[in-house]
Amino acid sequence: MVVKVKDFASPVKPTWCPGCGDYGIHAALKQALVMAELAPHEVLVVGGIGCGSKLPDYTQANGFMTLHGRPVPIATGARLANHGLKVITVHGDGDGMGLGMGHFIHTARRNVELVDLLQNNQIYGLTKGQYSPTSDAGFVTSTSPDGAFESAANPVALALTAGGTFIARGFAGDVKGLAELIAQALLHKGYALVDILQPCVTFNRKNTYDWYRERVYNLSDTDHDPSDRVAAFQKALEWGDRIPLGVFYRTRLPTYEEQVAGLKDGPVATRELKRLTKVEIERLRAEFV
Amino acid sequence: MAEINNMTFKIAGAAGQGLESSGAGFAQALAQGGLHIFGLQDYMSRIRGGLNFFQIRVHEQTLYCHEDAVHILLPLNSEALETYQDEVVKGGGIIYDEELNIDRRTIVGRGRKAMPVPLVEIAKEHGERVMANTAALGAAAGVAEYAYERLAQVIRINFKRKGDEVVAANLRVARAAYLYAQERYAADFGWKLKEVPGAPKRMVMAGNPAFAMGALAGGCRFVSAYPMTPATSIIEWMAKREHQFGVVTKHAEDEIAAVNMAIGANFVGARAMTATSGGGFALMAEALGLAGMCEVPLVLFEAQRGGPSTGLPTRTEQSDLLFVLSASQGEFPRLVLAPGSIEECFECGWRAFNLAEKYQTPVIVLSDQLLASSVRTVEMEAIDFDQVVIDRGKLMSSEDLDAVTDPYKRHLFSDDGISPRALPGHPNAVHATASDEHDEYGHITEEQDNRVKMMQKRMKKLETAKQDIDPPTRYGPEEAPLALVGWGSTYGVLREVVDRLEDRARLVHFRDLWPFPVEAAAEALGGAKVVAVENNYTGQLKRLLQSETCIKVDLQISRYDGRPFSPQDVLAGLKEVL
Repeated sequence: MVVKVKDFASPVKPTWCPGCGDYGIHAALKQALVMAELAPHEVLVVGGIGCGSKLPDYTQANGFMTLHGRPVPIATGARLANHGLKVITVHGDGDGMGLGMGHFIHTARRNVELVDLLQNNQIYGLTKGQYSPTSDAGFVTSTSPDGAFESAANPVALALTAGGTFIARGFAGDVKGLAELIAQALLHKGYALVDILQPCVTFNRKNTYDWYRERVYNLSDTDHDPSDRVAAFQKALEWGDRIPLGVFYRTRLPTYEEQVAGLKDGPVATRELKRLTKVEIERLRAEFV
Repeated sequence: MAEINNMTFKIAGAAGQGLESSGAGFAQALAQGGLHIFGLQDYMSRIRGGLNFFQIRVHEQTLYCHEDAVHILLPLNSEALETYQDEVVKGGGIIYDEELNIDRRTIVGRGRKAMPVPLVEIAKEHGERVMANTAALGAAAGVAEYAYERLAQVIRINFKRKGDEVVAANLRVARAAYLYAQERYAADFGWKLKEVPGAPKRMVMAGNPAFAMGALAGGCRFVSAYPMTPATSIIEWMAKREHQFGVVTKHAEDEIAAVNMAIGANFVGARAMTATSGGGFALMAEALGLAGMCEVPLVLFEAQRGGPSTGLPTRTEQSDLLFVLSASQGEFPRLVLAPGSIEECFECGWRAFNLAEKYQTPVIVLSDQLLASSVRTVEMEAIDFDQVVIDRGKLMSSEDLDAVTDPYKRHLFSDDGISPRALPGHPNAVHATASDEHDEYGHITEEQDNRVKMMQKRMKKLETAKQDIDPPTRYGPEEAPLALVGWGSTYGVLREVVDRLEDRARLVHFRDLWPFPVEAAAEALGGAKVVAVENNYTGQLKRLLQSETCIKVDLQISRYDGRPFSPQDVLAGLKEVL
């Protein structure tokens, strides 16, 4: 059966503001799922908390909208219990780079196969406009009236140093390009980050569609070699007048689940639960005698 | 006349001196001779140094707790002697190495028997210096004239991996020390140990392995945890069996990740749990509510230790009961079980998973350091694998799912509050759910009527769950004027106190704590003077009992120094009502 974009259509209408970058991400994800030939029942989309984290509610696919900052460990548990499912996380920069920062670093180095879509609008939208971990230094908001003093968290550079095996950046204003990136992430064996630059049309008056369009360019249009980690790191540090999009780095390393002995006989979640055998019971008891 | 098969050994010394393995080996040797033991472990939160002990009580009858009186003390350093010699009864013996420069007059002057043995010398002569602990055990067995062959048997098993030469050397050391101590001190020592002929084989087990084994038998296939005393041995036990049983274990980056991984694994259908202590549980509180809200089964094992904050990391306390009952924002159903014995730890292991899946909500199993790490002889059949049932509740089978035609409602309203549960993966039951309030499909909504119905649906599960809540365990004469009330690990000591008080006291012990067995509590406690005995300051079960029932607790006996109650402690506390 051929999968179509409308297979993912939900009866629920998004609550996002008109013009929100989340629409572009939503459209790109559905297109990417079609490109990767994944049907709604084969997919689990785990959201955190935030505007974009509600994406599973608007998508006909298995979904779990969870806690702020915690979708990645939840997705990890789901994936380690059932690696027959394609597991995707959707969450914002507050969720992923704030509370979720520790999980992000550990998950990247862990190389569990999951697609981590970071909806990065450099602001807190749902709580109405506070600066986020990825806001540029100097960014003025209600909680940074004198401008943000911290330097911005850089998800691409962080994932690179943590040992991520697929690291890309997309732009919500380029649905086609973003869909292709997500499709590649869906086919990747291992942890795949797609850092998605996304305007917040209501609260972020700085990082607008036009602001991005003036700056973004595609790494695939350059001679960048995505197997070169050092070159990827140099590109990851580029921010300001020119902002690179595309695949920064890609490598194939054993995934976490490929190395787990307990998964050799298939996913634990779908295995029939049987009572222990007499031999197993006797062996267990013997340990205590 | 010597007292036969009724005594306590105490081996004490610094961390790193091999107390735990020595104590465990000695306990095994006693158990294999058909004796019952209760082994109390006391250790400090450090890797080397300090002062730890392993105390082994021995008897022909089943033992449920330790006793204060010590008959043979084995101090491995002089600090251990100074700290513990007053626990030794008159006529009891203190076996120590002559190297320790202990003045025998201070021992003898207090009515105890000094039993110097050149442990290190014997170890060096017959083996190596590191075998001094083997010499100490040999000497202890020699003084009590316990069958040497039993000790030899355990030495053969425990040192097998280190090779024949190590086994042989340890045997020579044990033998030499045994004979040395027996010749010099046995005739004048009033406590003896004799093998019990024809006794059945028994296991020596602590609560944590029993719980983990019960969980495994009940189909647990995923454990994510972050190491925290005294719960760490749960994931360690499972990790060791990952290959054989196809279990996934994940040592997560923190407790928040650990509980969320377990929720993710449960969400897709694995029987998954996490294990922690109070501090880790505090970090898990938000996720607990997620499981409750989204109706995801979750088993959460919490082995309590002394709090608050880091508190007494390696010691025992029962101070998290009210915390686990109310942790996390908002209101949602949860079940709380607190096993009181090794056997109940095993049972709670598999039962918790059945309850979690049946009610699609979190089940918390409360243990503590005492239960987690004390060892006891347990009858083989008391760890009852035949009783294990795997009941997945309203989990939909693939046939059920094939027959689904309408859009699937994950949170379908139902009379008992429980909805048929589909796992992600079937085309007919694609669904999403949310930690936001949601409708029957799982879609986010703030609509008032739905909110009320959804709250009622979830809370209804708590009502329904009452059918699976066992009444408190009753022990002793049911009409006795005094009722001792306890929960969790105090079962053992209270049982013994009731035995000693003969017809004067009954025990009413709560294992299933939430939903609280209101009627059964009232029935069990009717007409009695009620005494709550708890390892905490505020009397948490007392407060629960008083808030859920009309029962008044007349006396509260508390201990919150991180140490478990002995029968003597409880009896002393009862003085004013006896």
